[in-house]
Amino acid sequence: MAFNSILFEKNGEGVRKENPEAPAFFVDLNLDQIIDAICAGRKEYNLKPFFYTPLADVDSITYRHEIFRDLEVKTVFEGIKIFSQKMRALREHLARAEKLYYKQQMERFFLEAVEIYCDAVRGLASSLAFANLKSRGLVAFREYLADYVGSGPFASLLSETKKRLADLSSIKYSLLIKDNSVKVSNYESESDYSSEVEETFAKFKQGAVKDYIVKFSDSPEMNHVEAKILEFVANLNPGTFSNLADYYLKNSSFLDKTIAVFDREIQFYIACLEFIEKFKREGLKFCYPLISNKSKEVYAYEEFDLALAHKLIGENSPVVCNDFYLKGKERIFVVSGPNQGGKTTFARTFGQLHYLAGIGCLVPGREARIFLSDNIFTHFEKEEDIENLRGKLQDDLIRIHDIIGWATPNSITIMNEIFTSTTLQDAIFLSEKIMEKIIGLDLLCVWVTFIDELASFGEQTVSMVSTVVPENPALRTYKIIRRPADGLAYAISLAERYRLTYEHLKGRMKE
Amino acid sequence: MKVFLMYKDRDFDLARELPWNEQALTQDLELNTLFGAMSRGDNFLFEVAQKAVLSSENDLDTILYRQGILRDCLKNPAVIRNLYDIAVESIENKKKHFFGIFLRYPSSVLYSSIEIMRMFMDMLGKLRAIADEHAAKFESEGFTVFFTILQKELSDEYFAKVQSHLEELKFPAGTLISARLAAGNKGADYLLHKSKEDRKKSWIERIFPKKTPAYTFNIHPRDESGPRFLGEIRDRGINLVANALAQSADHILSFFSMLQTELAFYVGCLNLHERLALIEEPVSFPRPVASAQRRHAFKELYDVCLALKMKQKVVGNDLNAGNKNLTIITGANQGGKSTFLRSIGLAQLMMQCGMFVPTESFSASVCESLITHYKREEDVAMESGKLDEELKRMSEIVDNIKPDSMLLFNESFAATNEREGSEIAGQIVRALIERNIKVFFVTHLYEFAQNFFEKETGETIFLRADRLADGRRTFKLIEGRPLQTSFGKDLYDTIFGGQG
Repeated sequence: MAFNSILFEKNGEGVRKENPEAPAFFVDLNLDQIIDAICAGRKEYNLKPFFYTPLADVDSITYRHEIFRDLEVKTVFEGIKIFSQKMRALREHLARAEKLYYKQQMERFFLEAVEIYCDAVRGLASSLAFANLKSRGLVAFREYLADYVGSGPFASLLSETKKRLADLSSIKYSLLIKDNSVKVSNYESESDYSSEVEETFAKFKQGAVKDYIVKFSDSPEMNHVEAKILEFVANLNPGTFSNLADYYLKNSSFLDKTIAVFDREIQFYIACLEFIEKFKREGLKFCYPLISNKSKEVYAYEEFDLALAHKLIGENSPVVCNDFYLKGKERIFVVSGPNQGGKTTFARTFGQLHYLAGIGCLVPGREARIFLSDNIFTHFEKEEDIENLRGKLQDDLIRIHDIIGWATPNSITIMNEIFTSTTLQDAIFLSEKIMEKIIGLDLLCVWVTFIDELASFGEQTVSMVSTVVPENPALRTYKIIRRPADGLAYAISLAERYRLTYEHLKGRMKE
Repeated sequence: MKVFLMYKDRDFDLARELPWNEQALTQDLELNTLFGAMSRGDNFLFEVAQKAVLSSENDLDTILYRQGILRDCLKNPAVIRNLYDIAVESIENKKKHFFGIFLRYPSSVLYSSIEIMRMFMDMLGKLRAIADEHAAKFESEGFTVFFTILQKELSDEYFAKVQSHLEELKFPAGTLISARLAAGNKGADYLLHKSKEDRKKSWIERIFPKKTPAYTFNIHPRDESGPRFLGEIRDRGINLVANALAQSADHILSFFSMLQTELAFYVGCLNLHERLALIEEPVSFPRPVASAQRRHAFKELYDVCLALKMKQKVVGNDLNAGNKNLTIITGANQGGKSTFLRSIGLAQLMMQCGMFVPTESFSASVCESLITHYKREEDVAMESGKLDEELKRMSEIVDNIKPDSMLLFNESFAATNEREGSEIAGQIVRALIERNIKVFFVTHLYEFAQNFFEKETGETIFLRADRLADGRRTFKLIEGRPLQTSFGKDLYDTIFGGQG
């Protein structure tokens, strides 16, 4: 099968459309941070649109999984990395060549750029040649590349490039500078005077001393004196330089389009794998999730919030992993328990896993099964809205109404601490109403709430609770555990610790 | 060319790390008084004295090597001071020169380096002259080798060769540079060559010069940036040679620095020697024995720091500790115990840096390290905190100590009651001497001393501060068993004038 794209097997059907904008839920799920971190240092490739574009069917995801698996083989990965670095160098070189003023110099830059290109392409072809590739994408690309490298035009481009370079590199010349005059002539072997001087004083050598070598800024540009010397060097070597001029005119469109596109698209995989590697070094696990567009019995073991983990690893702090699963009719995680115990993190992780799986990436966790959703809806409390209480409740309801309206049975909903701006009775009432709607739609849902009653709403709900260390309630474990919600014990013990119980306050206020 | 006046085969590293306990040593042994006498206010002499004295040598050969050199110095003080002055002057001259250098341009690096090189050659010439004149008067291995090398390496031919390079490096016939066409068709690997005009040509070449094609251009007089660009190309060509010459100058500077550093130690010794001669205090060269052996014998060992402070002769003590590891010193307050302990430490350090020692005769085993554990006067108020601090210091010592070290205790572990203090001290000391550590312990802890006395194992020597019947002190220590009181009453009586 002919090679099309390393990201999409099939052409057409609109699958190659790239979303330029991030989906609405990106910020709530901290996916923006994750994608920023993955794409850091790769601006030139404009990778983000790839990450903004979910895949619609299981096979498209499998296509990417296959490629990821091939790239997990170190030699394959390294081969592609080297190729990318060379292609980057090529672009820089061409960009520089365009800015150069002196013809003989610009032509040489062009020649060097083509050399880098030939080298990149041949290197990649040979590193892939004997690799045990299994993915449809890379196998097809390898075939394309082998054909290209074996073609007549490429072979002659290569041999002519080498010849031109060898000719130029063999040129040596002498300069005799006296006052303001320069005599340029061909080089005749002369002895190195610096080493003679050095030898004379060798007897005083005492160990390391300061380096007085002056570093000259080697800008690629030339000044007019250098250009004049180059002109005379060209005069001394006329054949070599006229060949160079011909070469430049002949080879202006040397770059193959398919290879250039591959160079950009493969970065999607490279970026993901390099990002994942940082976490693997810390002992965290990633897996290829099983993807289903039918079963909602999702699970993930040893999952973690990728955005948070990225931050924690930067601070050398440990990362806490959690497990979740839904069985049978279960659809909704109701997450309650102490604040700052990892509830929101759990909700985000659920969303992250589903989104990342949907673009064909590996996901954080030892093992996972993911439902291929058609959309993710999030509603997270916004702190800045807290001042306008009546307005906020209204906003909450409007937003939820919209979500219920747009969502299909294949959507995912993630809600974080809604209805905090009304009385508990109100909140319970509203929550139960919404819960009925969500169950009615058969939505997959994570709902972070302070309302324990929701946790035991029905057979569709699963209660998850954030936990603390029993001996020291102020220490959170950041573990979210599947168990019934258990009320207020934590709040009392925290008050104890901060000496805010009745007894404590009585004692303290005497002081 | 090496100086090698401190070690037979290596430089004296002024940047060496001092022993971890240098602060305690300096404070407890009042070393700054010693360094002051050696340096006579000169900061550099002070630093070298400090480094040399504090970093004890355990190697007998090194100690004897320095003793030999120091003997030569004592015989030829004027020559030594002259050599030292030449080293100092060379370094000063170089500092003045390099102030003006503009290190961004190889041409200015080269220019300054030529000037500095001329100055250094003058100074090296002076060293040669001293060697020619005085070498015969020196007997030590160190100086014999040193002078021989000066004469061999700094021959007249050598000075002439350097001179001709320094002329050539002004490029009277223009600068000849070769280059290669590298990336971007820019020149690279600029290399300097001796200009051809200089070379002797055969007569055929002179009559029929080989015709090599050449193109010449001149920078236009009104071209403002041209000369700068051309200068840069020239600079690239002379970059290596400028570096070579500047580095060579630095090497010669290091030679002079090393000469200054190593002589500074001996100049310090000369200074101290002259000071002690003024108050007619004797010195002698000690006989060191290997650290594994046990010897500590001396006659009339005095506290050199006390003598320097008092500017007069002070009382000396005798000891023959034989192979004993432990010396416990008890007795009257202000009876010379601390002075004695300090004289032990000072003599050990002086011997182990290769110096003479303040005594008529001295022989001792070298120690792997010298450590002091003195009662500290600060925070007397918090007795428990003080013991805590002492034990913490002791624990630090235990972390660092090696077998065959020497430990001086002065009134340690007295910051608690006598029973506890004695128990702590006893346990510590017993462990130390079993680890083959030589211990001198000045103490008021009667029980501690008495315990060792009663369990006479033959490895302890007891000294007591002498006290005349009328309570006056002789400041002499005599061998004698520990006594129950330390005569604090005497002190009280002296101060309170015997009232009540």
